[in-house]
Amino acid sequence: MAPSEMKTVLTAHPFLEGLPEKYVDMLSKLAFEVHFDQDEVIFREGDPSSLFYLILDGKIALEMGAPGRQIIIQTLEAGDELGWSSLLENTSKQFRARCLEPVRALAFDGARVVNLCEEDHEFGFHIMRRALALVAERLRATRLQTLDVYSPKGARRP
Amino acid sequence: MSTAASAAPPATRPVMEPVPVRVTSVSKETHDTFTLTVAPPPGDPVSAFEPGQFSMLYVYGVGELPISISGDPAVRESLTYTIRSVGQVTYQLVTRQPGDFIGVRGPFGSSWPLKEARGKSVLIVAGGIGLAPLRPAIYSILRHRGDYNRLVILYGSRSPRDLLYRKEFAAWGLLPDTQALSTVDYGGVTWRGHVGVVTTLFRLVRMQPKETVAMICGPEIMMRYAARELEARGLPPEQIHLSMERNMKCGAGFCGHCQMGPYFVCKHGPVFSYPEIKPYLDLYEL
Amino acid sequence: MRKKSYRLDEKGLDALIAHLREQGYQVYGPKVEDAALHWRPITGCADLPRGWTQELAPGRARLEPDNSAALFHHWTCAEGLKAVLHLPLVRIMAARRDNGWFRILDNPPPAARCAFVGVRPCDLAALAVLDRVLLGDRYADDIYRARRQGAFLIAIHCQRSAPTCFCASMGSGPRARSGFDIALSEFAEGDAPEYFAEAGSPAGMDLLEACGAAPAPPDWSRAVEEGCARAAAAQTRRLDAHAAPQLIDALFDSPHWDHVAKRCLACGNCTSVCPTCFCVNYEDRTSIDGREAERWRLWDSCFTQSFTYIHGGSVRSSVKARYRHWLSHKLGRWQAQFGTPGCTGCGRCIVWCPVGIDITEEFRQLQLSAAAAASFATKD
Repeated sequence: MAPSEMKTVLTAHPFLEGLPEKYVDMLSKLAFEVHFDQDEVIFREGDPSSLFYLILDGKIALEMGAPGRQIIIQTLEAGDELGWSSLLENTSKQFRARCLEPVRALAFDGARVVNLCEEDHEFGFHIMRRALALVAERLRATRLQTLDVYSPKGARRP
Repeated sequence: MSTAASAAPPATRPVMEPVPVRVTSVSKETHDTFTLTVAPPPGDPVSAFEPGQFSMLYVYGVGELPISISGDPAVRESLTYTIRSVGQVTYQLVTRQPGDFIGVRGPFGSSWPLKEARGKSVLIVAGGIGLAPLRPAIYSILRHRGDYNRLVILYGSRSPRDLLYRKEFAAWGLLPDTQALSTVDYGGVTWRGHVGVVTTLFRLVRMQPKETVAMICGPEIMMRYAARELEARGLPPEQIHLSMERNMKCGAGFCGHCQMGPYFVCKHGPVFSYPEIKPYLDLYEL
Repeated sequence: MRKKSYRLDEKGLDALIAHLREQGYQVYGPKVEDAALHWRPITGCADLPRGWTQELAPGRARLEPDNSAALFHHWTCAEGLKAVLHLPLVRIMAARRDNGWFRILDNPPPAARCAFVGVRPCDLAALAVLDRVLLGDRYADDIYRARRQGAFLIAIHCQRSAPTCFCASMGSGPRARSGFDIALSEFAEGDAPEYFAEAGSPAGMDLLEACGAAPAPPDWSRAVEEGCARAAAAQTRRLDAHAAPQLIDALFDSPHWDHVAKRCLACGNCTSVCPTCFCVNYEDRTSIDGREAERWRLWDSCFTQSFTYIHGGSVRSSVKARYRHWLSHKLGRWQAQFGTPGCTGCGRCIVWCPVGIDITEEFRQLQLSAAAAASFATKD
């Protein structure tokens, strides 16, 4: 992807909406385009968290498995982000990420993004505020899911 | 004049008296949900309903329950109900055989604002069995497709095996100017659709908020967060409507069971505009 | 209609009752039964509770001997007129299984021509409230209508108040203003009671004329007004229902509800004795061979756990929520729904509450906590 195209794509992604141009420049230098095939596993549970993705196309399932039970707990697609835990140090993946459709995404090395945040706290503030909004949204969705509102049993008090 | 239209409806049937109707079909939708069609007497007012209204269904000697009408309002020869078997009366309803009789009273309650939505886009947000009371509105919009702009149907359910009307839903999604997206809270590994709460579908919707009328029906918690999120996304609150569930026993405002704040859900609802119901939605144990 | 008033003695009152019975009315009056007063069929003044008065207090109702000649030295029957007009238990439908299908049998509402002697102003006001609820909207309750339409009402003004009365503040008593065919006032200073009788309807006047009632002495009307005014002034309880609609929304989360819930047994006595509580439930019954099925309607109470049950659970599962609903509805939401509070100040809910919860006191406390919250908010 040409640098100018990279900047256009980054600016258009909902995660970076409104980010000052100089910071888009900084990020565009770190970003690289990745492709995954359908059913390809992007990461497994327990993998170290290293890459942060902005999804451009396709659909990814976050899955959890146990004997006799494998479920998709969330799907992510164009406009979504994958791997926010790579913005934290020393974390590992809690889920498996598998492509339901061919996926095109921009990837960033989480550690390098964090380094940039350390060097320039204003940039760091922009990134962390977006990360916080993202995590808050995921937390809210998770809470609602755990209520199991559609099931008569789920609606019942414990 | 056809026989059906000229058959004089009973002049004064007491509101509490059910009309015996013959069950014409019972079909399985999911592991616990069934669709029942019945044949009301030709021309009987019991079959003249507006999308969003409900009937009281009576099982001889067992009991009576409010059930939303889920069929096409233009078809006067039959009434359709989609029922989840969760208790004694619903179990008895879904285990009827064609040819059996049940009792019907109604229709009762308010309806979806299909007139007000003319010229606008319609956003249907359904959760679980909540798709059933919205289906007559979808049928009505599809019959008068030119009166409306875009039609978007969002449907959240617990898991893929809980999704209702699967073939029909897929067909809706193929119609021009129509989006039909479903999502589940938990997917099996073979599920290729969306996983996540129904509001996560909102950003996939192409619509102009100010020119959109939303109709929401599902579990109360889901309706609350859906309505809040739609308002945050710029839908004028008066263009958001939702359908409430309470313990309707009579349907006519006599029994007192379905009260919610100042409303009797059976006669002021079940369909309310968001500004009407919002002050009472967040009051626990109201 | 000309305003006309008459003088009746006990014989005259007996004649009224006899005339009503001849006209086909089932005449009801307050009658002693099971150590309390209930609306029961009567045939004459002899069935009325002469020699009895009542001791009424929070959580306490006793019949006490009374040594006057009065027939109405009491206040209220345990129930309002709803016990007769809005039947506690009534079959609403019978059906028969018939060759695989079922047939609805002829189910006429149980009609009756009811006449009532000695209706208190608060209970008259309660009938006006029930009329709004059961007859005043799109659907009408056929059973209530069939009994209510032909009802003949002989009211009695209250010239004394019980400690639990607060009709004056609710505007429903102690003097009845409308809604009666005849209104009586009792004068029982001597050996034999006498009655000042006002006609409130053409039917009431016809009946008084037919019984040959004499015109009332000119000064009786003022004596009745004064008696009623004294009764009003004697009331220590009061309730400001106009404040309720705003208050209940503001006080939804008030800790005072928890305070009530600690005492409330959720027994539903208050809803049974309240003359305007109208809630009902429906029950299905079948013969053992399944050939016949019936639906019965019975009084219900918003204090039961099952009242708000929808699959998954009850909307109002805590006692606190159920008391809050009852009071909020009775005093506040009722006004939005029917243009009038659902309370007439009869005091029955105070009397018959086993733990003596007092609606006027609870409402006063809620008003105080609202005032406290408001002053806290403006202090800043």
